[in-house]
Amino acid sequence: MTQHPELTLTESRPFQTQRRDTWWVQPLAVFIGLSAFIIYTTFRVFEGDNFLHGPYLSPFYSPLLFGTDPYSVDHSWFGMMPNWMPGLITPAVLILWAPAGFRFTCYYYRGAYYKAFWADPPSCTVSEPRKGYRGENSFPLIIQNIHRYFLYVALIFLVILSYDVWKAMWFSNENGEETFGIGIGTLVLAGNVVFLGGYTLGCHSLRHLTGGIIDLLSKAPVRRQMYNCVSCLNRRHMLWAWLSLFWVAFSDVYVRFIAPALGQDWITF
Amino acid sequence: MATFRIWRGNADAAQFVDYETEVSEGMVVLDAVHRIQAEQANDMAVRWNCKAGKCGSCSAEINGQPKLMCMTRLDTVPLDEPVTIEPMRAFPLIKDLVADVSWNFKVKERMKPFAPRPPDTEDGTWRMEQEDIDHVQEFRKCIECFLCQDVCHVLRDHKLHDEFIGPRYLVYAASLEMHPIDTENRLEELKNSDGIGYCNITKCCTKVCPEHITITDNAIIPLKERVVDQFYDPIKKLFRVFSR
Repeated sequence: MTQHPELTLTESRPFQTQRRDTWWVQPLAVFIGLSAFIIYTTFRVFEGDNFLHGPYLSPFYSPLLFGTDPYSVDHSWFGMMPNWMPGLITPAVLILWAPAGFRFTCYYYRGAYYKAFWADPPSCTVSEPRKGYRGENSFPLIIQNIHRYFLYVALIFLVILSYDVWKAMWFSNENGEETFGIGIGTLVLAGNVVFLGGYTLGCHSLRHLTGGIIDLLSKAPVRRQMYNCVSCLNRRHMLWAWLSLFWVAFSDVYVRFIAPALGQDWITF
Repeated sequence: MATFRIWRGNADAAQFVDYETEVSEGMVVLDAVHRIQAEQANDMAVRWNCKAGKCGSCSAEINGQPKLMCMTRLDTVPLDEPVTIEPMRAFPLIKDLVADVSWNFKVKERMKPFAPRPPDTEDGTWRMEQEDIDHVQEFRKCIECFLCQDVCHVLRDHKLHDEFIGPRYLVYAASLEMHPIDTENRLEELKNSDGIGYCNITKCCTKVCPEHITITDNAIIPLKERVVDQFYDPIKKLFRVFSR
């Protein structure tokens, strides 16, 4: 029988725990994954160029409200970027607040980045580096309750990105005629819609809006069906969140770097 | 042989003490604690009852992880180094492995009780669809072991017991609030005195639940969304004004 008066029950130092497992791996992986995404996205958003290749439009720049050159103007909704717009404002800056806000306020990401970036807590039963705590009970994090409004916008984006996939099936030939085809880029952009769909349509707020708010779902068969579908996707929300995050970045990488290097990548039927 | 590093003492003075004891196939942590209690430490306090994972009495922290001692098999715990066993840290210590969990029962007392609508039939009973009751059935599995309360950093680290009821009682609130025949509205309490906004969705409660209740996704987040409906969504508020 050995006594250990030096070991205390109260975890007084930050990151102290009796856990023996590698508890730090998951928050570290989240930190690296999200940081890499944020750094790459910031670079691409402010680059303001190389977002179109043939019929492929990078999802970071979709919807393309304004073009930046004669080539992209043809694909834009409202023509050329106005001259009065500050130089830092690229077509991506105008729209990326919506998907960024959707992810930032997402219930899954909140839990993940509170741990990985704020150590609040670093992991379960691992002590925290700070004493005070307000949670999402007061400003600023009470703003997270805006999530459902970002969801509404994200659903519109999903439709727009689906239309981009359709447009990515029409290639111009040497005579300037448009022919139907499916290229690797088309599949990449289609994959993006599938993964973003799995993520957006499994959102906790959507689950609530479709049926979670109702206690008597048996009396609302259509909403019950919708609720069951959303719940099914919601059970793997974390997986969809990461798949869609990775794939949206990869789609941009494809349009920015791979497609120009490959040249003609489509198969015309 | 294996070494168990067990927390011994009371709120005034306590420390870890190492005990070596023999272990054999099929043993759980509670068996080892009982053997130590019988052979080496007759005065060691440990709360237990069913030894079947259904009474929720033997909650403790094993190697820093909140678990039921009776459901933690020794073959799932590394025995090449001392196995630490501590009481739940979110609650005041009484003695050794026994924590005072009475705060939880006081929280339950102050919550709005079940308020069913008038009976559907003359014999005083109600008619419910199974799929409606399925919604809340999961929450009824809770054995009140309070491991979710113990792991919650709002209670464990920040000691906000006066402002936050913890995951166990958010599950309880969900089981009432989502019940098909309940008529009470608990959203104001959930937002204010129950402090649902303190939950920052770490999902630690879900991870430690021995009954595998999906606490965060099926109880807390749906309640948070209902609170948003009631207090933070301007369009919903507008709808309510015009639908009056």
